[in-house]
Amino acid sequence: MKTIFTLLVLFTTVTFTVDSQNQGYDIGDVATDFKLKNIDGNTISLSDFKEAKGFIVIFTCNTCPYAVAYEDRIEALNKKYAPKGYPVIAIMPNNVKTKPGDSMKEMQIRAKQKGFTFPYLMDADQSIYPQYGATKTPHIYVLESTDRGPVVQYIGAIDDNYKDATLVKNKYVENAVDALLNGVPFEVQKTKAIGCSIKL
Amino acid sequence: MKWLLSFVIFLSLSCKPETKASINLEVHDFEGIAPYLELENSKTYVVNFWATWCAPCVKELPHFEALQAKYKDSVEVILVSLDFPHQYETKLKPFIKKHQLKSKIIVLDDPDMNSWIPKVNPQWDGAIPVTLIYNASKRLFYNRTFTYEELETELKTFL
Repeated sequence: MKTIFTLLVLFTTVTFTVDSQNQGYDIGDVATDFKLKNIDGNTISLSDFKEAKGFIVIFTCNTCPYAVAYEDRIEALNKKYAPKGYPVIAIMPNNVKTKPGDSMKEMQIRAKQKGFTFPYLMDADQSIYPQYGATKTPHIYVLESTDRGPVVQYIGAIDDNYKDATLVKNKYVENAVDALLNGVPFEVQKTKAIGCSIKL
Repeated sequence: MKWLLSFVIFLSLSCKPETKASINLEVHDFEGIAPYLELENSKTYVVNFWATWCAPCVKELPHFEALQAKYKDSVEVILVSLDFPHQYETKLKPFIKKHQLKSKIIVLDDPDMNSWIPKVNPQWDGAIPVTLIYNASKRLFYNRTFTYEELETELKTFL
């Protein structure tokens, strides 16, 4: 009996783990806060931003060409929306043993080269991105601050043209944040884009 | 003299393919790729989405090549490259040449990714590599990487 019980518990745990890894957040879920190290040595949490109306959380890295293609647009998002209460929080989710180009040192160098004005954090023990359900870089979550906590309002890509910012027709993230700021509903809450799988 | 000139021209023309590795890439937007995802005949198709910048893709690529070599009569491997257009000459073509890829390669260049990713498979979130195996009676989408043994085991369920 005891064995069966143990097996049952074990089986349930295993199944649950697999499930939770595959799913992550959906629209309307409350996102977890975190304590992650920034490139400046400080530890950053969402709760540090007392005045924030929300966040543009971006899982990104140095080494993925799609992430690189969006670097300037990520910086532009922060410049435009941090003053309006929606700062960009970038999180680097890769295992740096697999991707040495994403080490803290390399993140610092890249941020300096590009003049990033947003926090660029490292998910060092790779515990945060699976909770969000991020699978690739770049992968964006727009969160809205509410009494319940930060609620997921948009998941996906920044816009619809990674190649050329001037040819973009749909600025998915901007549309979402603008709508949230104006308190109006918006249509596109989830989009898909090619990206680099997060490296374990 | 005229004859000599023609001969010289003929020589220069015929030399061309050898002097420069002229790999002609077949580049399409999604509309051009879509037919390759629903070919209907007696073959089983193994369609792998990859790119030279994707390390796990490059790692499993030889398995697809080996599969194509072993099952050349009943299976067609199609490698759909998602390389960036500005790297066709500098990365993709040299890669194809260096690794002497034998499988069919087509290149997908369509930046409006949200419009076509769900058409490949609703479960695909956009991370690569992914693989689609299909034939007239069965169709499965794999959001994962493969060893050769795993790939062959999957393929055998279609044959």
